[in-house]
Amino acid sequence: MSVTATSEIEADPLPPRQRSRAWAKFRRNPSALLGGVIVVFFLVVALLAPLLPVPGPAETDWSAVRKPPNAAHPFGTDEIGRDVLSRMIWGAQASLLAGVVSVLIAVLLGVPLGMVAGYMRGWTDAVISRFTEALLAAPFLILAIALAAFLGPSLTNAMIAIGLSAMPIFVRLSRAQTLSVMTEDYVESARAIGIGHVGLIWRYILPNIFPPIIVQATLTIATAIIAEASLSFLGLGQQPPAPSWGAMLNTAKNFLEQAPWMALYPGIAIFLVVLGFNLLGDGLRDALDPRDT
Amino acid sequence: MLAFLGRRILIAIPTVFLISVFVFALQHLLPGDPILVMAGEERDPEVIAALREKYRMNDPVPVQYLAWAGNALQGDLGISLRTQQPVLELIAEKLPVTIQLAVMALTIAILIGIPAGVLSAYKKGTWVDWLANIVALSGLSVPNFWLGIMLILLVSVKLGWLPASGYMPISEDPLQSIRIMIMPAFVLGTALAATLMRHTRSAMLSVLKSDYIRTARAKGLREHIVLVKHALRNALVPVVTVITLLFGELLAGAVLTEQIFTIPGFGKLVVDAVFNRDYAVVQGIVLCTGVAFIAMNILADAAYRVLNPRMSDQ
Repeated sequence: MSVTATSEIEADPLPPRQRSRAWAKFRRNPSALLGGVIVVFFLVVALLAPLLPVPGPAETDWSAVRKPPNAAHPFGTDEIGRDVLSRMIWGAQASLLAGVVSVLIAVLLGVPLGMVAGYMRGWTDAVISRFTEALLAAPFLILAIALAAFLGPSLTNAMIAIGLSAMPIFVRLSRAQTLSVMTEDYVESARAIGIGHVGLIWRYILPNIFPPIIVQATLTIATAIIAEASLSFLGLGQQPPAPSWGAMLNTAKNFLEQAPWMALYPGIAIFLVVLGFNLLGDGLRDALDPRDT
Repeated sequence: MLAFLGRRILIAIPTVFLISVFVFALQHLLPGDPILVMAGEERDPEVIAALREKYRMNDPVPVQYLAWAGNALQGDLGISLRTQQPVLELIAEKLPVTIQLAVMALTIAILIGIPAGVLSAYKKGTWVDWLANIVALSGLSVPNFWLGIMLILLVSVKLGWLPASGYMPISEDPLQSIRIMIMPAFVLGTALAATLMRHTRSAMLSVLKSDYIRTARAKGLREHIVLVKHALRNALVPVVTVITLLFGELLAGAVLTEQIFTIPGFGKLVVDAVFNRDYAVVQGIVLCTGVAFIAMNILADAAYRVLNPRMSDQ
């Protein structure tokens, strides 16, 4: 096998020209850019949380219990005098971490399973596909709640539960993508020149099924952030006193009349970050998928 | 059609089997001896012995599974630790409440989502389309439990228009029942409306490009007739399938909505079961929703074939 032969049929999913076209398309899409800006903003806030000039998230000020927004506390204080803005900034860490880690779990388990199913076909495919259908049959949140209940309530377990519940989407997607890539000429040629299974999967199939997986992962981060907030809201995610947007809303609902700001701001934060990932995901899909106009 | 249904049911059997294995395996995730956990705080030795006997805990795991699955097949999903009621009975008792909520939410979603999708596709590229898309994406991005809290704050606390919580069976006082349920149904319906809008829009866009629409317009038919009778009727085929598949989202959304509005339905049952460590109820609920979801999938396929006769000979 000569080096030239391989490089001739080397399959880059997005050759440079196409990649720059995708980037140009993405740049021209104002809502995708807005999504990107929102996501970057929250990422920066979450990463810089320890450096920002706000009180600690667990610092209580008994002289300022349930105070409406003011100069010292721009988003007000909660039922034990903690600064709502500070808890939101630190809560961003929990939300983004949960979104990214649970989707990583889903991708790292789901994509290899899906690729193996699509590549091997036959019995392997049948078993993996039935397994995926079984997992898909339980509604996402109910499955996550059941898993979190049995694993015990904590942020880590919530991430595992969300990741496992989101995994079937990636199995399905990568299986379908693998099946379609397998019919391409360059895969046939690579097989003809004797490239082994691992090389074929790693160098020819994985790079080509990657764009739709990136799109799906971005959109799933949005779903995962809502799922984490939901689990924390139910008391199955981040445990107090550690800050999390969902847990803040859970407490806030008991003080709706006296301190509505406690419920307002964490909800807006969840909404914005989820909207950001949704806009970004939609924009990436439009930019990477030539069919979708 | 019968042969098709038979074939689909046969294909579903291994999936149902896997769901049951998964649900059975859940109890082995519990730290320590699941029987001690199931027996509750009192740890009555008689209860423990009876549970051990019932679940054949001294037998190998496959035998335990067979005993559990055998009971489940006969409708015995265990007993709730909290209420001492059979799990299936408990689920059957709470289900009508959630079904009412789900039907109302779906009605709201259809009334908003489909017209918005049609309008957005018809006005593609204009500000109407842009606005509809932004609203839909916002509907998908807003956490429905937060929307519920905000609506309670505005509509119940500030304006005093609608009750913030409670439940009235529709058979006792239909008007009051709808009045109590309308806000939770709206909260649950928004995300679904957004999903339906996006599906209707993309289905309408592809239908509007087809030849028969051009022919209909060329015949001089009025635009609203072309839109509703020719385009929408065909665009609705995939949308109906989506509606059937939204069932899972409805159930999951109901968990949070019922929690916020303290509606004594299926969703509240799950959360209460989780916090009371009523594991048999959690398992029963996952099993039942899984089986129901598969049934809805089969129905969706059947509906698709009925609506799209070209599929029926495949």
